[in-house]
Amino acid sequence: MDASIVGILMLDGATNGAVYALLALAIVLVFAVTRVIFIPQGEFVAYGALTLALLQLGRVPGTVWLLVALALLAALLDAAQRVRRGLPLPQVIAAALKSLVVPALIVAVTLWAAPRKLPLVVQSLLTLAIVTPLGPLVYRLAYEKLADATVLVLLIVSVGVHFALTGLGLVFFGAEGFRNPSFWDARFSAGALSLSGQTIIIFLVSIALIVALFLFFERTLRGKALRATAVNRLGARLMGISTSGAGHLSFGLAAFIGALSGLLIGPATTMFYDSGFLIGLKGFVAAIFGGLASYPAAALGAIFVGLLESFGSFWASAFKEVIVFTVIIPVLLWRSFQHGHADEEE
Amino acid sequence: MSPRALRRYGLIAFAVLLALLPQLPVPEFWITQANYIGLYTLVALGLVLLTGIAGLTSFGQAAFVGLGAYTAAYLTVTHGVSPWLTVWLGLGVTALAALVLAWVTLRMSGHYLPLATIAWGLSLYYLLGNIEALGKYDGLLGIPALKFFGIELNTGRSYFYLLWTLVLCATIALTHLLDSRAGRALRAVKGGTTMAEAMGVNTFRTKVTAFVLAALLASVSGWLFAHFQRTVNPSPFGLNMGIEYLFMAVVGGVGHVWGALVGASAVQILKDQLQVWLPKLMGTSGNYEVIVFGVLLVLVLQYARDGIWAFVEARLPRINRKVDWADAPALATRPRPPHGDVVLDVNAVRKEFGGLVAVNDVSFQVKAGEILGLIGPNGAGKSTTFNLVTGVLPATRGEVRLLGERIDSLPSREIARRGVSRTFQHVKMIAGMTVLENVALGAHLRGQRGFPSALLRLDRAEERSLMREAEAQLVRIGMGVSMHELAGNLALGPQRLMEIARALCADPTLLLLDEPAAGLRHKEKQGLADVLRQLRSEGLSILLVEHDMDLVMGLVDRVVVMEFGTKLIEGTPDVVQASPAVRAAYLGTEH
Repeated sequence: MDASIVGILMLDGATNGAVYALLALAIVLVFAVTRVIFIPQGEFVAYGALTLALLQLGRVPGTVWLLVALALLAALLDAAQRVRRGLPLPQVIAAALKSLVVPALIVAVTLWAAPRKLPLVVQSLLTLAIVTPLGPLVYRLAYEKLADATVLVLLIVSVGVHFALTGLGLVFFGAEGFRNPSFWDARFSAGALSLSGQTIIIFLVSIALIVALFLFFERTLRGKALRATAVNRLGARLMGISTSGAGHLSFGLAAFIGALSGLLIGPATTMFYDSGFLIGLKGFVAAIFGGLASYPAAALGAIFVGLLESFGSFWASAFKEVIVFTVIIPVLLWRSFQHGHADEEE
Repeated sequence: MSPRALRRYGLIAFAVLLALLPQLPVPEFWITQANYIGLYTLVALGLVLLTGIAGLTSFGQAAFVGLGAYTAAYLTVTHGVSPWLTVWLGLGVTALAALVLAWVTLRMSGHYLPLATIAWGLSLYYLLGNIEALGKYDGLLGIPALKFFGIELNTGRSYFYLLWTLVLCATIALTHLLDSRAGRALRAVKGGTTMAEAMGVNTFRTKVTAFVLAALLASVSGWLFAHFQRTVNPSPFGLNMGIEYLFMAVVGGVGHVWGALVGASAVQILKDQLQVWLPKLMGTSGNYEVIVFGVLLVLVLQYARDGIWAFVEARLPRINRKVDWADAPALATRPRPPHGDVVLDVNAVRKEFGGLVAVNDVSFQVKAGEILGLIGPNGAGKSTTFNLVTGVLPATRGEVRLLGERIDSLPSREIARRGVSRTFQHVKMIAGMTVLENVALGAHLRGQRGFPSALLRLDRAEERSLMREAEAQLVRIGMGVSMHELAGNLALGPQRLMEIARALCADPTLLLLDEPAAGLRHKEKQGLADVLRQLRSEGLSILLVEHDMDLVMGLVDRVVVMEFGTKLIEGTPDVVQASPAVRAAYLGTEH
């Protein structure tokens, strides 16, 4: 193995690591705010990449119909709840209709745009618009009722959601894989290293998103409200912060980050309906570096996971998944010696 | 028919039905289904123990099944080892893997174990699929059938008997485990470690044992699976199957032993039906049943978290525990220190939380046969002092001695072993157990029987002695009548009394009571005071934190008053009541 191979592997690992970092941030965010260990994070990655792939083919992606179904279900449940609380019927209907405006708009635009094969960037924006609202809807339907349950119950719910979303992915996208076109076909070479435009985009978008999240948490009221919820849910509620609103927001961010990650890696790897799961779990391994709590440690962990994966696939390609997922054990060991004390549960 | 007989005959009827099933003209398909249900029940039983009882979760049980199956397959196919030997080797390999996983994750908060089991489930799947000697993703073929005393178990019907005998044995053994000293310790672990450790339970070891036991059940299922299918490949041992096992346990009722059987049956039958209907509905074939499973799992957790068996259980008559301990030998008791000896010596202990000094160099002593009251306004540091004495929190500085021995660096359960018993300011109990069983948990350190004797039911003699002690303490505290009630159904006052009985069950030298009278009615308070006086006359030392001044001043020998983490004054009740400093602390001063 010479320096050029090392360079190529490093670049490759760091590129994937940048995507894992985004996912790890989303995972830490969701866990901190809602205590949900969000296993289905990776499904949004697959949904993002594959929704774009179908738009590329000029077809209407099934994710749109999922959006419709979930939005209707949520509107129905909300309406039932409001009726039970004794609100007047016209008000209930108005609220339900209002909640359906945005999904309806997205569906209309998709139906209009899909056969027209609009430019890649427009399709990407449309993809984000389709997948992002799925996050809050999933929170509303699967988690909100159980918001005060234990971490373990929420984790089992997550696994159920993962099952359902993967199965639906098979329905929407079929069993065959897709590879998306690159956003920027340029190539730059520096010595033996060749840097593709897509790689540069991955790095730039990741960095931009991390900075944007930082600014959001530090500078905006909603960001601070999310942080407050993460520190103390009851305290935040007493200060007038809606924990349910915080849940919706964090799941929206998670879905957005997931879909964006899907767009970023779509051109670099062939995506199948179930590819997202493994990608998301790598984000998890990274997040565990930071104990599901620290954003910088999660980001560093993500780069490490990316590197481990690229070197692993060079040395023992058949065992690369084994290597990446067994590394969780020494990491956990290291963390358990750092915090020897078991937390109280329930 | 009495409820007890009803249950017993129900079980016998079920066993007879099982024994007859293969003899009836049932289609082979249903025998195969029943065999799969049996295989899955074994794994789900482990999850009931792990998740429902001990509060831990694993998505990696399928991987343990795989370890058992592959050990059996590899050794019989390539080395011709007898299956009756490979089962033990498989158990050994599984135990080792489970020990490592448990050791790494169980020290940390609860959600790291499931995450680690996800990673472990995935890793093992890819590992099995890439090892040349194990046939990669094609797996191993031609596993011999089991031979049992010369009978070859090569048909579904012959296999059925071996399999279901094991399933029934495992189910019954687990039922026995839940009703034992080890079982109570397991349940105590679920609610957090503080109370269990205070009862002397080694919570880490208990969790590890539960995890290993669940893995072993999965391993046996894997061994049976290999010899039933006669071929193995990695796919039934992947993460998806691991999740399905948990699904079975949750659907059936993760807190009930019979929930495992119900859940495995429901899921297997549902899965089969879905695999027939869904492709017709969708027009193409595919793994669509996961959608239904996923949505169902979420719905079950939202609307029926206790699973199917809970509905059955709620309709079955409840059985009171049979009182069979009247002539059981009494448990050995600790020698009491002579009256007036220093039992507890707290010497300048200090606790800092960051910059906050919660306990500021506090010293006091408790003598044998004395009640010392520890009072002070809210936030004075009384409960923190309690936690320092009982080892729940480590002291920043200072010494705590019990009968001359330093205990300030010992864990709670070691302090409990040396004769310190306590109650909690916020009642910590196991709501789903009876009052009697909750109280018996207090006598944990006075018994020795562990998991093996509980599973084999060799612990009955000791169990009777423990129950006798528990009942005696309940009667002493005036709660003998409610010993068969579920602890969760009691009002707050009786719950506090139950905690005192539980603490007394440990035969303590020093009893620490944290606001025992809160929530008690006047009569109950008087009864409590009488009991405490009687305990004192028996030579017990008591440290009492209480806000009810009438109770404290009429009962205690001496009082220590704390304010803002500092000891304000110490003396007899009269001295303390007359002190202007104490009045100022409680009521403020006039300016």
